[in-house]
Amino acid sequence: MERAISAATPPAGTGIRGFLRFLRAELRPKGPIWTPFNVITGGIMLLAAGILVVRFAFGLGSVTNLSQDFPWGIWKGFNVITGVAFAGGAYVLCFMVYIMKLEKYHPIVRVTVLNGFLSYTFYAIALVLELGRPWNILNPIIGNSFGVSSVLFLVAWHFLLYITAQFVEFSPTIAEWAGWPRLRRILGAMTLGAVVFGICLSMLHQSGLGALYLMAKTKVHPLWWNEFIPILFLVSSVFAGLSMVMIEGSLSRRVFRGRLGRPLREGHEEILYGLARISAGAILVYLVLQVVVQTHQHNWGLLATGWGAWYLLEILGLTLVPALLFLGGVRRRRISWVRAGAVVGLVGVVLNRMNVSIIAYRWDAPVHYVPTWMEVVVAVAVICAQIWVFRWVINRMPVLDFAMHGEQRETTSRRPRAAAAA
Amino acid sequence: MKRRDVVRTLAVLGGSAAVGRDLRGRPRRAMAAGTATAGVTDTPLPDGESMAVLVDTTKCVGCRMCEYACAEANGLEKPEAKVDFSLRREPSESQFTVVNRFETSAGTVSVKKQCMHCLTPACASACLTKALVRSDAGAVVWRESKCMGCRYCMISCPFDAPKFEYDAANPRIRKCQMCAARLAEGESPACVANCPAGALSFGPRTEMIDEANRRIYGEPDKYVHHIYGEHEAGGTGWLYLSAVPFSEIGFRSDIGTEAYPVFTKEFLYAVPFILTVFPPLFLALSEGSKARERWNRHAEEE
Repeated sequence: MERAISAATPPAGTGIRGFLRFLRAELRPKGPIWTPFNVITGGIMLLAAGILVVRFAFGLGSVTNLSQDFPWGIWKGFNVITGVAFAGGAYVLCFMVYIMKLEKYHPIVRVTVLNGFLSYTFYAIALVLELGRPWNILNPIIGNSFGVSSVLFLVAWHFLLYITAQFVEFSPTIAEWAGWPRLRRILGAMTLGAVVFGICLSMLHQSGLGALYLMAKTKVHPLWWNEFIPILFLVSSVFAGLSMVMIEGSLSRRVFRGRLGRPLREGHEEILYGLARISAGAILVYLVLQVVVQTHQHNWGLLATGWGAWYLLEILGLTLVPALLFLGGVRRRRISWVRAGAVVGLVGVVLNRMNVSIIAYRWDAPVHYVPTWMEVVVAVAVICAQIWVFRWVINRMPVLDFAMHGEQRETTSRRPRAAAAA
Repeated sequence: MKRRDVVRTLAVLGGSAAVGRDLRGRPRRAMAAGTATAGVTDTPLPDGESMAVLVDTTKCVGCRMCEYACAEANGLEKPEAKVDFSLRREPSESQFTVVNRFETSAGTVSVKKQCMHCLTPACASACLTKALVRSDAGAVVWRESKCMGCRYCMISCPFDAPKFEYDAANPRIRKCQMCAARLAEGESPACVANCPAGALSFGPRTEMIDEANRRIYGEPDKYVHHIYGEHEAGGTGWLYLSAVPFSEIGFRSDIGTEAYPVFTKEFLYAVPFILTVFPPLFLALSEGSKARERWNRHAEEE
């Protein structure tokens, strides 16, 4: 993948024409095209495009294993429900940086918001692919079809409003990139409002995805169904999101080495230790909630069953262990423990969301849903597309390297990147 | 004769007010009354406002005439003449009702299955476009122009009634509509009208419950003392009588008596709470953090 590519950005012209020329130059790829990563992910996306043609021509049944018993497959269960949990880092970090003013985490706020924004965008795309009648998607947004009693109605609206809030949060970066200092100031002034609104929407959205399953009381295995799913989803989104931030940060550090600003280069490990501590705290809260919920439902007897073992794997092996890795790593200053904790924690949250939405959903059905290879290809392709856009933005906009608090740097946008990459 | 007149009048009153206009898809104010029931509420409609079907499984002979009548009334493909009764069949996107046979302690029992038409339907409360609504006459109907095909109704329905056309480019949600158009004309559903064994009765829900109780108390040894659907999932528009426990003839016994939309009530109530209480709280925190920053800087300078 690209690293340290110095852009041959043309000097800024004036007005619209100058910007269009700049945009055209920026749209060009900046690194070698035929890298193994590009070939593999590009191939997956092309294959997915073919599968989607079949899907829209002949219906969902032609490419998926969805059935009357399993109306939601991995495009919903993985891309949307799991993906949104991983996008949770954005609201947690915005809270820490913009509300609590924890300056230490400021260098990663832009990349996290970008990640969240792109995640939401691509999960929206996955959702559209999965809708049977996507041409009616605007019905709950405009017109006289407001199903206000529906959890999904609220989730849809929060989705829409939050993605807008995230765009506002990220927009100063775009204005800096495009060289619009005046607009940058206006957008920057809107950040706190967008952040406050965004956190509230996020809390509702994260918990709302869990609330979708409240009416599936008789369908989700009792170890995963309870009245507190919304709260469990919200709390787990904190460490899911932060684990994602830790992993993304560690990867970006290698892949986009040339794009890193000094604060990020120097503060990386300290930031990771801080996030690990917060994640560990969130996990402990989550585990206590799990104990309370399972006790409340008299579920301890179920632990002796096969499903109980599966549950214990998720809760102990993939949720408690990461917390211990985080705490141990922070205490002994072992960054590799922290990174391992983030990876294991991520797997744990994937498993939790998949358990609720797919694996333990209709656990008693005689024939259980297993995705087709085509569903898997499309699910992976959506993530590949997201990575491509992420890479495009990181390589062009001041995301990993930016002037905090809008100091001087505004005027230096559209400058050749070589200086920053050096 | 007199009873039928009452039924007809009620159906015309209730049905045309809600279903008739509803099915023609006109935007209308009267919708509000019909959809209020799709909202979150603990209290189902007062009984008697809506119509119900009483299924007496002790009278059903398993002839499957209802399946044929249903297919004809809804323009569906004709059901296959011979079916394997040892298999348990489910209604599907191309067949809105099926009759299954169960070997029970009281011999073979035939049971018709279709959408239960809940008084407070989970599907309608789950629907974010109001494609699924319950009419005043008691029919839970699906409206093509609204639906975006998310299938959340299928996740929510405790009876798994809504079915989806997975093999269509323009898929629909399909299920028993309780012959809403016939109800609007003052007629009974096609299956009821064509039942030769008298196993199906149609009328105002209160009357159907009275009738069911009359049969139970009239022959207490013949029936189990339970009208399935009287309280299940907050009450349903289809009521069942049986000679054996309902779990023996394919009914879920873990549905509970709470109306399913109630499960989402707390979450829905939390939304305005969070949106009004938290923004000022966050702004206050932000101000507080600013003050802390100033204080720290001040302390450093000293």
